[in-house]
Amino acid sequence: MSTENTLEYKTTKADFEGKQEYTITVYAENRIGLLNRIAIIFSKRKINIESLNTSPSEIDGIHRFNIVIQESYEVVRKLARQIEKQIEVLKVYFNTNDEIIWQELALYKVSTDEIAERVTVERLLRQYGASAVVIRKDYTVFAVTGHREETDALVKALEPYELIEFVRSARVAIIKDSAGFHEKLKEFEAVEPGEELVENEFLDKGQKIFTM
Amino acid sequence: METAQETIQQTGAKAETSKTFKGTGSQVLLNGLIEEGVTTIFGYPGGAIMPIYDALYDYADKLEHILVRHEQGGIHAAQGFARASGEVGVVFATSGPGATNLVTGLADAQIDSTPLVCITGQVFAHLLGTDAFQETDVINITTPVTKWNYQVTDAKEIQEVLAKAFYIAKSGRPGPVLIDITKNAQIQVEEFPEYIKCNHIRSYLPKPKVRIEYIEQAAELINSAKKPFILFGQGVILGKAEQEFKAFVEKTGIPAAWTIMGEGAIPTSHPLNVGMLGMHGNYGPNVLTNECDVLIAIGMRFDDRVTGRLDKYAKQAKVVHLDIDPAEIDKNVKADVGVWGDCKETLPLLTNLVNENKHEDWLAKFKEYNQQEIDQVITPELYPTGDEMTMGEVLRNINEICGGDAVIVTDVGQHQMVACRYAKFNNTRSNITSGGLGTMGFGLPAAIGAKYGAPDKTVIAIIGDGGFQMTPQELGTIMQFGAAVKILILNNRFLGMVRQWQQLFHDKRYSFVNITSPDFVALAKSYYIEAAKVDERANLKAALETMINHEGSYLLEVMVGRENNVFPMVPQGMGVSEIRLK
Repeated sequence: MSTENTLEYKTTKADFEGKQEYTITVYAENRIGLLNRIAIIFSKRKINIESLNTSPSEIDGIHRFNIVIQESYEVVRKLARQIEKQIEVLKVYFNTNDEIIWQELALYKVSTDEIAERVTVERLLRQYGASAVVIRKDYTVFAVTGHREETDALVKALEPYELIEFVRSARVAIIKDSAGFHEKLKEFEAVEPGEELVENEFLDKGQKIFTM
Repeated sequence: METAQETIQQTGAKAETSKTFKGTGSQVLLNGLIEEGVTTIFGYPGGAIMPIYDALYDYADKLEHILVRHEQGGIHAAQGFARASGEVGVVFATSGPGATNLVTGLADAQIDSTPLVCITGQVFAHLLGTDAFQETDVINITTPVTKWNYQVTDAKEIQEVLAKAFYIAKSGRPGPVLIDITKNAQIQVEEFPEYIKCNHIRSYLPKPKVRIEYIEQAAELINSAKKPFILFGQGVILGKAEQEFKAFVEKTGIPAAWTIMGEGAIPTSHPLNVGMLGMHGNYGPNVLTNECDVLIAIGMRFDDRVTGRLDKYAKQAKVVHLDIDPAEIDKNVKADVGVWGDCKETLPLLTNLVNENKHEDWLAKFKEYNQQEIDQVITPELYPTGDEMTMGEVLRNINEICGGDAVIVTDVGQHQMVACRYAKFNNTRSNITSGGLGTMGFGLPAAIGAKYGAPDKTVIAIIGDGGFQMTPQELGTIMQFGAAVKILILNNRFLGMVRQWQQLFHDKRYSFVNITSPDFVALAKSYYIEAAKVDERANLKAALETMINHEGSYLLEVMVGRENNVFPMVPQGMGVSEIRLK
């Protein structure tokens, strides 16, 4: 998890300097314009969003954004706080890839003749765990769910066989160490904030920081 | 029978609706403003906000509307009002150009945490997205420069949105809020419920419950410090924590220096007030930032104009940072102890845990540096011997006349730095300046607002010849509404701060800083504002006295030396201890 012990921070700074892939999870009210408010936090700093998904969460009326960027820990931490500062944002988490379960869905349109005639294509599809979504005379659409490398690998493999169209969804991610947002929301709805409402990022709380 | 029943029904209905209100969206908006305690609105009418102005016609006894001459003037005036009074400033503007003219003021209020509620008219909801006359995408244009914004298309939303707007604008770290109301919602007739103020939004935490662990860690560091140093910013003023801050400073005996936004939170003359931080701040506070062992930052955000080069900033010190905005802690300077909370709450807790102390030797160091600055910079500036007048001596004279009780509103540039450096302040909310954004043209309209926000105070707008020419139209507002603002133009016939940089860093290539001016005295007089000009030292004090003692507004132009520079200076890209005295 993205933990931080501020008192010991200076000695471990080197750990946080390199850029890597982070998945930012935002719980927010479902309101018009909020996507723009969040997006400009990145564009203001000239940071490219690699992948962005918005979807309902486990709670009615609360939306969940998954945002993937390549940045250093320090940059991501500051971004997360800027996002969380927005009035309609309830909570922001950021995680490295080993802290989440994630998937992307890819669709591939290929010529049905090609598949029918060329056994290797069929084998490729089996090998990559693809499933047929639509089969028509002229084309077939396959779907693959997986990590970026997996969906990318099939694109490469299909290139020689008339890959007519390809599209991939944004990343959806579940945080391994998360108990969901139901309990958290109760704290947010309380008129008087309790001590535990927001994890104290500035204290030595080890693994509890940025976890739920 | 029927009649009797009807009567009963009518009375019954009346009793039920005693707290409800039937009327238009515009009326319910104005009722809401009154519920929120608003008395003064700065604004400018136009097509898309006409229903609100029509309703306003009947509210003249409850809501004073100041007709400005440009929406930018309106929003700066509201900023001045908010800063002087501690209340929320309210602005009305129409759609399209009216709304876009607010943008500079919104950006200024956002970066300087000024609570504002701006109401803009918008085209009818059914015309949104059709490029209708005076339609502009105000919500998206203002998103990065507002704390929150919202477009109302149905009058039934107005009360809740207005209540949220006021709550958001003034709670937590304050900021500007904009509500865009389509014309149909302004004229829509509804039966509205009672107005309820907002005190909670589930997705918004204005301040956390203070965790005592923060306070204990901070107190431990402070108690162990040999050379502690306090930096304070506007957070102390915004948190209305001046008394709590003073108690903390006095108990710990720690020297305290201010950012220009925090100036006046404790009086200039307080023995532990060691002066100004940053690029044109005082010598001691800058140099000793790099000698202290514990740096205690309170309600300030380590702006680059305060820190200079970050990798040469207070590297030797442990940092304690108190702030209400968690995004500020660890943003520019890493805090060893971050105390997240409202300083009105955190400071008393901290004061309880810290030891009484007197850091006499350490304080003496500040005095030593101060003496050097007095000898090399301050005395020549305040008591010049040359023929040309200096901005500093003008400020010295103001101090002598007002004794530190005036509200000083400045524009941006050399005069601003000189005013912040040399003006004496006995009271909080007395130094009103555009700190974060550096908005030229801020001074005159902000002074108008400040006068409404602090009607019993002498309000002096100190403005350069360049900045004055950015918003001079607001002389019309002064003329019409009689705001007794004292306008002091310090005219050096240059865009002085840019010229200073060109002299120091661009080989004296004075590129487009040579600005000419109209006859300011004649200009003021054309607005029926009394005015005078001084170009000799012998007449300066008397002229200032005339201005300050004059009933009503007054403009005084003082001709100062053309190529005077503001020192000390931390050149951009240098560390604070590399500050230059000349």
